[in-house]
Amino acid sequence: MSKEAILNGIRRGLKRGPLPADQQAMLAGRLASHPRHLQPARAQLPRPAQVALFLRNVEKEFGTVERVPHAGAVPGAVADYLAAQNLAPKFVLAPNPELWAMPWSERPMLEFHSGRAEATDMVSVQHGFVGVAETGTLMLPAAPTRPTTLNLLPDTEIVVLKASGIVAGYEDAFDRLRAENQDALTGGFMPRNIMFVTGPSRSADIEQTLELGAHGPRRLHIILIDDDPAALAQDAADEAGFAPLPGAAPAWTETAPATDTWAPPAPQPGVAAPQADQG
Amino acid sequence: MQTVHSPDFKRNAARALADTGLQKALGTAKGAFLVRRAQAVANLPEFEQLRDIGRDIKNHTLANLDFYLEAFAANVERAGGKVHWCSTAEEARETVLAICRSVGAKTVTKGKSMISEELGINDHLEHHGITPVETDLGEYILQLRQETPSHIIAPAFHLNREDWEADFRRLHTHLPKDRVFNERADIVAEARSTLRDRFLAADVGITGANFLIAETGSSVIVTNEGNGDLTQTLPRVHIALASIEKVVPTLEDACNMLRLLARSATGQDFSVYTTFSTGVRRQEDLDGPEQYHVVLVDNGRTNMLGTEFQEMLRCIRCAACMNHCPVYGAVGGHAYGWVYPGPMGSVLTPSLVGIDKTGLLPNASTFCGKCESVCPVKIPLPKMMRHWREREFERHLTPATQRSNLKLWAWFAKRPTLYRLATRLGISALHMLARGKGAFASLPLASGWTKGRDLPAPEGETFMSAYARQQRAKGRR
Ligand code: SF4
Repeated sequence: MSKEAILNGIRRGLKRGPLPADQQAMLAGRLASHPRHLQPARAQLPRPAQVALFLRNVEKEFGTVERVPHAGAVPGAVADYLAAQNLAPKFVLAPNPELWAMPWSERPMLEFHSGRAEATDMVSVQHGFVGVAETGTLMLPAAPTRPTTLNLLPDTEIVVLKASGIVAGYEDAFDRLRAENQDALTGGFMPRNIMFVTGPSRSADIEQTLELGAHGPRRLHIILIDDDPAALAQDAADEAGFAPLPGAAPAWTETAPATDTWAPPAPQPGVAAPQADQG
Repeated sequence: MQTVHSPDFKRNAARALADTGLQKALGTAKGAFLVRRAQAVANLPEFEQLRDIGRDIKNHTLANLDFYLEAFAANVERAGGKVHWCSTAEEARETVLAICRSVGAKTVTKGKSMISEELGINDHLEHHGITPVETDLGEYILQLRQETPSHIIAPAFHLNREDWEADFRRLHTHLPKDRVFNERADIVAEARSTLRDRFLAADVGITGANFLIAETGSSVIVTNEGNGDLTQTLPRVHIALASIEKVVPTLEDACNMLRLLARSATGQDFSVYTTFSTGVRRQEDLDGPEQYHVVLVDNGRTNMLGTEFQEMLRCIRCAACMNHCPVYGAVGGHAYGWVYPGPMGSVLTPSLVGIDKTGLLPNASTFCGKCESVCPVKIPLPKMMRHWREREFERHLTPATQRSNLKLWAWFAKRPTLYRLATRLGISALHMLARGKGAFASLPLASGWTKGRDLPAPEGETFMSAYARQQRAKGRR
């Protein structure tokens, strides 16, 4: 058996036998407590500055961003973005209840289906989980409500992210996942796949010169919903008369999207939608 | 497995220096990675500390490698995946072939993977009637050209834009012959559209792994193009190839390594796609592979444990050492004669294929120390190359002249006063010759050496005399 051969080879090299039980327990403890290492100071900021850093980093990596005051403004932002880019108003929407609840019917020009992406889909609207301020990176854990193909096949990916989902570092992103995701298969928190996405696809394989749009999306656009009063600069928060409430369903959640390809939301066991962090 | 041509280093290098196309490509590329890395590092004040932490994480993992590999394998299996432990390249090739056959695979898409090059996966599959399709832009053109990578993160480092255009025109016969490539973007777009169908048609996707996570049983790939993700998402079967030293204990450990990797490699703060794969498609998932295999490869690594080359197993394949190496910059990657070029290759190749097969490789160095100073996990590369030279010397594999030079050096080194005097004399002479220019374009008696590189002029004094001067100055305070 090569497994034994490899393990024995390791032990021979390290000049020891199998690890004693107490050492194994110590290592198992390290795995269980998964201690953090040094966190770069650059993202340890007050909330408004952290969100600003996230947005700055997204743009530095050739992504684009629009901030909207509430979820109800998302369909309009999607429609306007597609029009501005001269793209057809057609897309595949992540089958996510939060996205489904948005007032798509207010923009009857928009045509979409909900599900995984196929090769023919030119635009996707994906549900963002967490944004990492340190480098402007989106964390997109795979889920029935967040198919991986939406991040890969379309030419243009639009990600809808809540400001409450912006954290300092990758470790904070994993902490959210540890707290909020339950994987039915393993009983752990890791879904099948997690993509960390920083800007649109690119390659520098030709003469080490950067070209955008290699195999993945050529455009990455983030629509940021300002659901987090603490993340707004104070004067902006006052101006907006900001008072979002968790679970307070706005009137437009009653309206189902009015396209014929829309499928009703199915209950998704074991997949927690990210909760707005009101803290 | 790729044939080892390392003993021909001298001849390869001479040919490389005379190859105008290659020299042009090296000239274009030179500096791009260096400047970007320097900027990325300058923008992260904690970088130096992160390097120490990275080194320590890897050392801790290597000291407990058996434990962490077993933990990793258990977690892969919990997520419905399968781990295949392979001692040799042959075993790994057979394993990959058997998996492909078990699902009746006809075509296999591939993400860029150096371990795949090391194992010779493509030839093996092809030989058995399965078509491998490289999907990384650089790897793709090399497959068209039937060449091997010359760099571990930028495989087509040795090519110029004209080469890309000519090859695409020659081999993409489904497109009009007279099409115009106005800019590099047109080349990228053509590759993108040509490869789309291959992604969709593939039965199996093979990727490498930058890291394996023991805590969660995940394999991690780091890419910019998105080809690796398409490769591991679309087909029914995903095979991740990884050598045993890729494992780290936890996600937090991986986060630290990831902060080092992209900055050291391309000078990005973070790569575009950093993806963690854990097991098979879940019941309710709408996409993702139904089978997830990790082929865990030793192929000579366990023999490095407990030797003076153990630290080489910390390597995260960032390529910073070759990007900063004057020898690599002068001759490119192919001269090194096997899969891994540059300083890391000069240490790793003899470890994996045997010093008797690699000959002069550990001498392909100016011992300037730049590689060690940029290595994100602080691998003492020059020291290890010296170890190989010593071993080589002991085995009397060195040509007679080199042996006598080394003997001379040893005789001097054992006599400190003489040695200091001799090196100081040598330095004064060099300094005079450089006439304050800082580098020599040519040197008498060493023209073979200076033709292909600039020798940095010694900065006026030896370390020993500078040290003595500083000590004296301290004493006065
Ligand atoms: S030896 Fe160090 S610098 Fe070279 S590739 Fe490995 S990690 Fe990077």
